[in-house]
Amino acid sequence: MDAQVSKPASTFDCRVAFAETLIALAEADERIVAVCNDSVGSSNLGGFQKLFPDRLINVGIAEQNMVGVAAGLANGGFIPFVCGAGPFLTGRALEQIKVDVAYNGFPVVLCGMSPGMAYGELGPTHHSIEDLSWLRAIDGLAIVVPADPAQTSAAVRWAAKSGTPCYLRIGRTKVPEVTPHGSDAFAFERADVLRDGSDVSIVATGVMVSRALSAAEMLAERGLQARVINISTIKPLDEATIISAARETGAIVTVEEATIEGGLGAAVAATVVRNAPVPMRMLGVTGFAPTGTAEFLFDHFGLNADGIVAAALELKAR
Amino acid sequence: MAAAEHSRRLREQSAEIRRSVVEMIGRARLGHIGGDFSVADILTTLFFAVLKLDPAQPEAPLRDRFILSKGHCAAALYSTLAMRGFFPTAMLKTFIQPLSVLNGHPNRKVPGVEANTGPLGHGLPIGVGAAIAAKLAKASWRVFVVLGDGELQEGSNWEAAMCAGHRRLDNLTTIVDRNRLQQGARTEDTNQLEPLADRWRAFGWEVIVCDGHDHSALYDAFQSAREGRPRCVIANTIKGKGVSFIEDRVEWHHKVPSPEQVELALKELA
Repeated sequence: MDAQVSKPASTFDCRVAFAETLIALAEADERIVAVCNDSVGSSNLGGFQKLFPDRLINVGIAEQNMVGVAAGLANGGFIPFVCGAGPFLTGRALEQIKVDVAYNGFPVVLCGMSPGMAYGELGPTHHSIEDLSWLRAIDGLAIVVPADPAQTSAAVRWAAKSGTPCYLRIGRTKVPEVTPHGSDAFAFERADVLRDGSDVSIVATGVMVSRALSAAEMLAERGLQARVINISTIKPLDEATIISAARETGAIVTVEEATIEGGLGAAVAATVVRNAPVPMRMLGVTGFAPTGTAEFLFDHFGLNADGIVAAALELKAR
Repeated sequence: MAAAEHSRRLREQSAEIRRSVVEMIGRARLGHIGGDFSVADILTTLFFAVLKLDPAQPEAPLRDRFILSKGHCAAALYSTLAMRGFFPTAMLKTFIQPLSVLNGHPNRKVPGVEANTGPLGHGLPIGVGAAIAAKLAKASWRVFVVLGDGELQEGSNWEAAMCAGHRRLDNLTTIVDRNRLQQGARTEDTNQLEPLADRWRAFGWEVIVCDGHDHSALYDAFQSAREGRPRCVIANTIKGKGVSFIEDRVEWHHKVPSPEQVELALKELA
């Protein structure tokens, strides 16, 4: 794959692809249900509700009950997609995610909507920057972060069939297309090398993938060939691709719209240090955010092409 | 079977469960004997007279669902499941031994366990989901959830209670094992639950208050609920019921009987 995004013509809210795919799946399979916490609008479930009013289970503003109810629906043979804003779904219902879903092994699809700092000015209460760290610690729970609409659609299709507990991080921050269309856009546990290079690796996830591609172009202008890897399955991690990147490029920058304490960067570092130790830089959110739009906050925390370029140059200057 | 004979058999089965619990906890040196005893008659009535289950097919899609939310009373549940034929009673000897499936809290590795429980306030939301599933599937299975009374201090129960009332889940029956004691003290001295029946009614539930050690009263309370209402059975129980020196004493929440006390308890339960 070699997707270049020098001048993205248009950008997309992944919730649209999410909802369209969920509706298509629900039309074909009566076991698909949506469970939400008064989040029909924010999860883009209005269309689903119109078509399948009985299969949209809105439990109101009650996240613990929402996740428990989903576990019970799975016990009763259904495939629940739990849709709630990332911070409340994962923070408020963490024990339900651990016990009712993961420990029970029920095939519940937890959809953390508008994660990261998508809610911008609404502040850290509404940011979901801890979700990747919290959920990585839970045994048996897959963590999937699609980077664009095609990946979102393919990941939703995978999740419905997977039969395992999983967390899907569905972005609202608009992103350009970075992966090819079609069913191959996402494969569980497969990291995708979107651009090859041998001087440094940029390992990115979700919203940050397009920024990583832009950074690679800027680095190329300076004579550095960066390999860009899209990690859409954070757990379990595609270790082989990471180890190859470490061995073949000798330096890794990770970038995620999440705290660096325990998320993608930590997962990559653990793999690297065990298998092929190389210098790394981890870019992510480094504290409760000040007031600002999501775009402002990306710049504030250096989660942009300039920030990635600076980290890569610093690594190479060592 | 005549009602009197039926009740007599349920009483015998309850005593057998209590004897099994004493032996398991006496051997394992760990467990929650007080709550095991208070819930024993509820479990017996459900598993031997009410629940539509086939131990040979524990995951039959249309089975009734039973969830023990007060998962710390696993010894009573395991004893009941074994006696009902879900697994050999000899397996009870492995209770909490290294690598045994009979963990200190129930999990789905044990045939007949619907949901892993342990942290309080988890069973009822799962039960609500299983009841919604039956409605969606237009299936007739019923869902029964046993809650401890102390665990009603967990807010998640009331999220679920509100949801079940709103959705008129008349295929859902919740039983509160109302023994009035929690781990550290009396419930009413810790965080008052009364007026408990009124609280459930206010959430849209039909409430039946009964003697939680009277099998016949429990049996009647577990028959189909009024159409359009989930049912809450407040089963007034005695923690430690059946053994004089354990009954209604807070320390027996998880105190372990000495070998002499095991013998005494087995005599009283003979």
